[in-house]
Amino acid sequence: MQQFLNVTLTGLGQGAIYAAFALALVLIWRSTRIVNFAQGAMAMFTTYLALTVIEAGQSYWVGLIVALAGGLLMGAVVERLVIRPVEGGPELNAVIVTLGLFVAIQALAAILFGSTFKSFPAPFDLRGFTVGEVNIAFTPNSIYVILAVVVVMVALVALFRFTDLGLKMRAAAFSQEVSRLLGVRVGRMLTLGWALAAVVGSLAGLLIAGGSLVYPAYMDGVVVFGFVAATLGGLDSPGGAVVGGLSIGLLLSYVSGYLGSELVALAALAILVAVLLVRPQGIFAKAAARRV
Amino acid sequence: MSTLQISGLTAAYGPVTALDGVDVTAAKGQITAVLGANGAGKTTLLRTISGLVRPTSGTVSLDGNDLTAAPAETIALAGIAHVPEGRGVITELTVEENLRLGALLGSARKRTDGSLDMVYDLFPPLAERRKRDAHTLSGGERQMLVIGRALLSGPEVLLLDEPSLGLAPRIVAQIFGLLRDLVDRDGVTVLLVEQNARSALSIADIGIVLNLGKVVARDDAAVLAADDGLRHAYLGF
Repeated sequence: MQQFLNVTLTGLGQGAIYAAFALALVLIWRSTRIVNFAQGAMAMFTTYLALTVIEAGQSYWVGLIVALAGGLLMGAVVERLVIRPVEGGPELNAVIVTLGLFVAIQALAAILFGSTFKSFPAPFDLRGFTVGEVNIAFTPNSIYVILAVVVVMVALVALFRFTDLGLKMRAAAFSQEVSRLLGVRVGRMLTLGWALAAVVGSLAGLLIAGGSLVYPAYMDGVVVFGFVAATLGGLDSPGGAVVGGLSIGLLLSYVSGYLGSELVALAALAILVAVLLVRPQGIFAKAAARRV
Repeated sequence: MSTLQISGLTAAYGPVTALDGVDVTAAKGQITAVLGANGAGKTTLLRTISGLVRPTSGTVSLDGNDLTAAPAETIALAGIAHVPEGRGVITELTVEENLRLGALLGSARKRTDGSLDMVYDLFPPLAERRKRDAHTLSGGERQMLVIGRALLSGPEVLLLDEPSLGLAPRIVAQIFGLLRDLVDRDGVTVLLVEQNARSALSIADIGIVLNLGKVVARDDAAVLAADDGLRHAYLGF
């Protein structure tokens, strides 16, 4: 029972991060139909920015703000300078470009920050709570991680549901031509979409780094699990990304806890294959009833 | 005076010339009907005016302001509302969200107060379905939605592409009647593209017939409707 509880709580914490990462992928996919393979590398880069700030003597929170602001800027710049020229061409071009960006950013980080392991501080205690005599694998830091992800999700939902800007962004994502006829500056909306996605991705990178080690490839595992989560939920559905992220976090935690941690990657692959075989559009994708 | 002036407009899709030196003047407070068979260039004409297609030569201007090289967003802000054929509804958004987009443009143009009531009064079926996703609407309701959305932007010029397509005659009559009222009351300039030549000419002031990208006839709507030879040759009724 205690192990089940521990495994579940660990899974939820991990799942929240996968959810944030999957959400970043979904935001970009929805607006530009591009799978951003550089998402993880971008998040890694901004986490290094935060680490640099923290090592210079600033607090974790200053580092957080720097990382998120860096993500915002980086997302916008990448969309404008790298993605915009290949948009509208064959879909594969953009995918190859993001793959190239992934390699380039990782190499740049190794040059700028070194490729050695560095420890990244956690803002809250990493020791688990004790209930009576029992230590459980749920730490104040896990609560922070989950809360941070929840706050971001709520903010995004509020933006897209209730604001004029959110409405324009959704319109631009669904129908560029009609949006332009309605005076929506579609280019700006797409840039903003990439910037927001990069902020969410940066947050995921920062949260996963908290209390552990960073090196230029530390996000690679998260990228894979985030992709599986986004595929599971449906690349078109932000809600699906959240549910997919939490499910993947839990499932992989159970696999690691009961079957052995060496099977985690294999389990992720098995889930991915199963989803693609049974319901390739993802669990939460809306049925295609678009054109009449 | 909002007069839409198009001169020498030429547009091509690769080697295929879709518009060949077209001159059209749509005067304020008038409905100008653009008629012609499939492939005559009617839709391309509207898409070139609204900035979705780049012309190879010629100019489009609104009240003397040259809009030829402007992006579609700017043209929309200048007050030219293009209601595209069939596909103009953003089906993933709700009815209300679709209308809000039009109202946002209207507020940006300082023409309307962002209220959707005007459209709900005009089209009661939309009021009943305001919270529904737009893909649940019927063809007629979609047409009401795109026209209502265009009206909320407070347009100077309405470009309508086949508003009668797929609609029951009663609804066509209703929409055309509404259009006539709007023109007479608010002085909106309308450029109406139609295959349904008979109904279009019945409400239009001026008629223009396009054939293979060229203007082949231009006259008062009543005169065109009475010209048997022209009707048989180009309009099919």
